[in-house]
Amino acid sequence: MFDKYIIDPATVANTGPADAPTGFSFTTKLGYYRGLGLSMIEDLKVSIDGEALPREAITFDEGEGPLTLDEMETAFDRRWPFGAPATITVALPGGFPAGEHKLSLQQRLRISYMPFPSFNNDEKVISL
Amino acid sequence: MTSKIKRGVSLYSFQEEMFLGKMTVEDCVAFGASIGAPGIEILPEQNMPTFPNISDRQVGEWRDMLARHGAHFTCYDMFLDTKRRKDRLMTDEEQVESIHRDLILCNRLGIRNMRILIFVRPDILEKCVPMAEKLDVHMGVEVHAPWHLEHAWILRTIEVADRLGTKHLGILPDMGIFMKHYPPAFRARFERQGARPEVTQFIVDQHEQKVMCEYTIFEVAVKMQGNKAEVAMAETLRHAPYANPKRIGDYAPYFRHIQAKFYEMNEDCTDPAIAYDEVIPALVKAGWEGTLSSEYEGNRWIQDVHEVDSREQVRRQHVMFERLIAQAEAA
Repeated sequence: MFDKYIIDPATVANTGPADAPTGFSFTTKLGYYRGLGLSMIEDLKVSIDGEALPREAITFDEGEGPLTLDEMETAFDRRWPFGAPATITVALPGGFPAGEHKLSLQQRLRISYMPFPSFNNDEKVISL
Repeated sequence: MTSKIKRGVSLYSFQEEMFLGKMTVEDCVAFGASIGAPGIEILPEQNMPTFPNISDRQVGEWRDMLARHGAHFTCYDMFLDTKRRKDRLMTDEEQVESIHRDLILCNRLGIRNMRILIFVRPDILEKCVPMAEKLDVHMGVEVHAPWHLEHAWILRTIEVADRLGTKHLGILPDMGIFMKHYPPAFRARFERQGARPEVTQFIVDQHEQKVMCEYTIFEVAVKMQGNKAEVAMAETLRHAPYANPKRIGDYAPYFRHIQAKFYEMNEDCTDPAIAYDEVIPALVKAGWEGTLSSEYEGNRWIQDVHEVDSREQVRRQHVMFERLIAQAEAA
């Protein structure tokens, strides 16, 4: 319902030292009409030009401190509110590749009343 | 016959603008009040960022804000995260505890209607009836397409309510169950995604004739070798029932609030899809006294090509409600 808005392309930036970036980060909103507990965010798949980056390289922070995707599974006391930006950081030596590249994000959510998982997909062309 | 039907808006209607930070909850409340729809339905998990931790001060701020605009709460939309844990479903006791938590917050906000998600089991709700009675909150199971008023799953809730003789368990119909015509906004979106006009016309014609959806899906997917957008459009028919509005009177004692779902209003303030012209006379005839609460869900069908204007859509729906209620009163 909000797929096209879930990556904020203006926020993509490298992390770590400017001359030796350790990765990149960007902000994202939850593609859902209400907030959700972090334990129900099953996966955040980040890809560059269609190639998925490893799950272990990704951390998420809705404002209460970074968590790995595995740690989110049991973060029962934390929620990602509706419409609120959160930060995804990806460990990637060298940072986001130079030139124009497609950054995509897939959010996989466990919505209790739905018989199947919910997928939100967005892709933005980024040039750092 | 003068109707006591009241009008309101669900904050769900403004999800596009709120998501994008273009409207605050107060903007939505003020807008509802400005068009004669001061009844406010909230989704605490959408509209209260600190949910489930809501202080007395926050409760007071909400109530003051509504009062400032001459608005009042009508309904609290609850959720139940039975799949909160990856390794197992919530136990029955945990489900009851979660619903109790919502009933208590609902009561603290001064709200007397709670929308219960349709998947919540009737036997779980039965266990919540004592708390609902104590707090004087009506638990209405959302009758949402593809379910409908006489679906066996819904009848189980009615059976529990009758057996207990309680006034605090019933239903809460979502008007999407009265989809008499296929929504033009759906069709247009599928055409933008590559569905061929002759195929979309076939699907619309099949829906118009109320052909059972599986025939149409097979025709489109197999016989016509439909593309992805065409098959996806055909599959929406699984969620496009046209329940019989004439049965509304039979079920009116079981509901106090209506989610007035719609996908798009015409410029002349008519709804091209949902049979409000049949539903409203049935409600007036039944002497129903609850709130028609706008639930605009068209944003997702047009946001790829248009800026969404939820206010204008909701405004048009209320012009229609005023007209249809007046006509039914005069009849």
